[in-house]
Amino acid sequence: MGPLAQTVTRLYGRRGWSVLAACAVILFALFPLANLAMPKGSLFYISDYTVALTGKIMCYAIVALAMDLIWGYTGILSLGHGLFFALGGYMMGMHLMRMIGREGQYQSELPDFMVFLNWKAYPWYWSFTEHFWYSALLVVLVPGLLAFVFGFFAFRSRIKGVYFSIITQALTFAFMLLFFRNDTGFGGNNGFTDFKRILGYHVATSQTRMALFMLTGAVLILTLLFARTIVASKFGRVLTAIRDAESRVMFSGYNPVHYKLAIWTASAVICGIAGALYVPQVGIINPSEMSPANSIEIAIWVAVGGRGSLVGAILGAGIVNFAKSWFTVAFPEYWLFFLGLLFILVTLYLPQGVVGAFDEIRRRIEERKLGQAVRGSAA
Amino acid sequence: MPTRTISAALGLALLLAWAGFAWALPADLVLAVAAGKSDEQVAAVGRLVVSGDAGVEAYFKALLDGTVQVAGGKRVLLVKDEQAADAATGEKVAPLPEGLEDAVVNNRLRGALESAMGALKLISPDRAERLAAVKTLEDGAGEEMLPLIAKALAAEADPQIKKSLALVQASVQLKSADAAMRMAAVKALAASDNPNTKTLLLGLLEKKGDNFSEPDAAIRAEAQDSLKAVQSRLSVGERISQVFTGISLGSILLLAALGLAITYGLMGVINMAHGELIMVGAYSAYVVQNLFRTQLPGLFDWYLLAAVPAAFFASALVGMLLERAVIRFLYGRPLETLLATWGISLILMQSVRSFFGAQNVRVENPVWMSGGVEILANVVLPWNRVVIIGFALAVLLLMWFLLTRTRLGLFVRAVTQNRSMASCVGVPTARVDTLAFGLGSGIAGLAGCALSQIGNVGPDLGQTYIVDSFMVVVLGGVGQLAGTVYAALGLGMANKFLEAWSGAVLAKIAILAFIIVFIQKRPQGMFAVKGRMADS
Repeated sequence: MGPLAQTVTRLYGRRGWSVLAACAVILFALFPLANLAMPKGSLFYISDYTVALTGKIMCYAIVALAMDLIWGYTGILSLGHGLFFALGGYMMGMHLMRMIGREGQYQSELPDFMVFLNWKAYPWYWSFTEHFWYSALLVVLVPGLLAFVFGFFAFRSRIKGVYFSIITQALTFAFMLLFFRNDTGFGGNNGFTDFKRILGYHVATSQTRMALFMLTGAVLILTLLFARTIVASKFGRVLTAIRDAESRVMFSGYNPVHYKLAIWTASAVICGIAGALYVPQVGIINPSEMSPANSIEIAIWVAVGGRGSLVGAILGAGIVNFAKSWFTVAFPEYWLFFLGLLFILVTLYLPQGVVGAFDEIRRRIEERKLGQAVRGSAA
Repeated sequence: MPTRTISAALGLALLLAWAGFAWALPADLVLAVAAGKSDEQVAAVGRLVVSGDAGVEAYFKALLDGTVQVAGGKRVLLVKDEQAADAATGEKVAPLPEGLEDAVVNNRLRGALESAMGALKLISPDRAERLAAVKTLEDGAGEEMLPLIAKALAAEADPQIKKSLALVQASVQLKSADAAMRMAAVKALAASDNPNTKTLLLGLLEKKGDNFSEPDAAIRAEAQDSLKAVQSRLSVGERISQVFTGISLGSILLLAALGLAITYGLMGVINMAHGELIMVGAYSAYVVQNLFRTQLPGLFDWYLLAAVPAAFFASALVGMLLERAVIRFLYGRPLETLLATWGISLILMQSVRSFFGAQNVRVENPVWMSGGVEILANVVLPWNRVVIIGFALAVLLLMWFLLTRTRLGLFVRAVTQNRSMASCVGVPTARVDTLAFGLGSGIAGLAGCALSQIGNVGPDLGQTYIVDSFMVVVLGGVGQLAGTVYAALGLGMANKFLEAWSGAVLAKIAILAFIIVFIQKRPQGMFAVKGRMADS
């Protein structure tokens, strides 16, 4: 077996790869065909709404994967992943705002909110954002750098457990307040919206949307493989060991700070990328994305799906968010009740999430089979 | 004839009465007001006002009513219902003389008369009337009122009226064409401790186009000096009120965080629903208020006395229910507790929203809590804030007493320090947990009751305080009451002082950033419990 084949088999078994391939077919062939080629009203037609919703949820699923890496595998509950997500979104939003050009309400070179504030020029941190690749770089760099600096100090002083969660929440809260200010230069509480084009294509057309959708799907699959590579490696083993007994890891001669910092920064960067994919699809980014509530919701996606199993994170993000979009249409008043109950019931009765419950069921069935076999052979 | 006698007696009485109201106004001034040129009219109004004679008011009123007539350009008469009286003396004039002409009251004169009528009330014996008179003068008084103002100022005993009046005087003098008078006014203002003086003096130094609004450079220099004097006097007051608002915010933070100091600090439960327990307390106060309004309107002012225990027990009950139903299964799993209690907070918020509506509800201050106590000219301490500071102190003392001087407190501390050992010596740990959690929740309810007196009460009330209260507890050091107190007061003060310097939002951000950095340096907070655990 070659080294590549070895890696491939280590990531997933035959069945895992087949499921992944099936998902890829659905995302890259079925969806585009059903959305673009089928006539509206046809049984096989998938509406733009469904495409947008699925695309949005795939962005969330990427965030959930990032969360699972840091929480499920390393045991660090971050309440700041909403911040990294929003920062990535804002970086992409800056570029999209510049691409509006003179098509804004005031037909000015500057975004409408700056005209409104009577600003004459872009602030310095907006420089070069008209170049797509520079903005794409910012999407990775800004959340990554913030996470690196914050994590460096936090992990070095051995802040852990709930302390870390609360501090990340404070960080998120502070950034939310900052972005709510008009003077910060990110559009205040309206944020960025009314985007017109991305890379020269109009953002609202079905074709552009489908391209973004497929790109998101590709990033999701790549993120899953990347995360799987990490957790299946020796590095990943150390992460799990840190989660289970940090002191022992330390006493065995590893420095947990490096490991935690690396996975924390990687996780933040993944969130930033997800945010950048999210903004052009949803068409708006504003500071409420940074509210502490959003970050905690990310944790519940992972908890519902099952911590420490990457597929669980994706499942959880899907289940909770499809439920949310259904509830907010059908019973808007009951959504928070449902979400609240979900938080309580999952932590009390489903500590391993949906995936864990399936595993449990499968284990019991196999046990029963085994028992029958034993009894059969005895008879 | 009896009828004739009676009518004669009546007539005499009337005459006497009339004579009793008679007065003696300078006839030339009276005439000047009624028939002079516009400037003379206004000047004469001012001079008449100073005389303070009882007839002035009647005369001015008649002028405004349009019942004054001038006979032959000489004699001014008040004519009403075919009866006439001399405006200068009040004597009856009969029969009506020939050649009467209406006195002309143009708009300028009307304005002067109205302001004079107001000014006349300055010497009224009724305090409220005098206060109203000063208020009308503040809207703009002419120079002709100065003598009257000076007179009223000399006679005035009420400090509040005196202060406003002095300011009115100065503002009139500053508009005077006479440079000496302006100079005197500017000098006099240096002794003022009224915050409005600052605006007055700043107005002089303003530029209108190319010229200063005060043309005389010497007066401007003097104004500059006076301004400095006033500012330095005012800055003392500003400092004091800053410290006070700092303490006030600190006491609110303390109230919000004290309950958390028990549930998180002592028991180690991350209760994200703590904010919602505060909200439950605030809504209990609202319900009690409504009950009093409909059932006991006579005792409405004292509804708070019932609201305080109601808020405590409502929140304590909710807290104990939560502990029994959810939290006790999660002891030792803080991250799971965090998520579960967050779920609880969502449910509590949504329940309140469904039950009371998503809008803020109105909780009224009792009469004895509205208003404030003035300790300096520019420092008024609102009663509700003062009461809350006292309340926070009382709650703190009560909690200290409970934790250090009662059996329950002993048990709580024992369970905190070593659960299994406490259990071995017979402490009912499960019950202690429930009671302690109930106590922490009840104190959150008390905080809510206090907050209902100073802010909006709405379903999102708890969300505003949850991050802050965690910051207080984390900064103060887990497991430490004293730390919580210092952290709350310190954060409150720092917040208010930064706010004056950078604005509210930036101050808040700076505080959060400070805490984040501080925790890096001292991960255990200001007051750490010393231990030897490898994992602590």
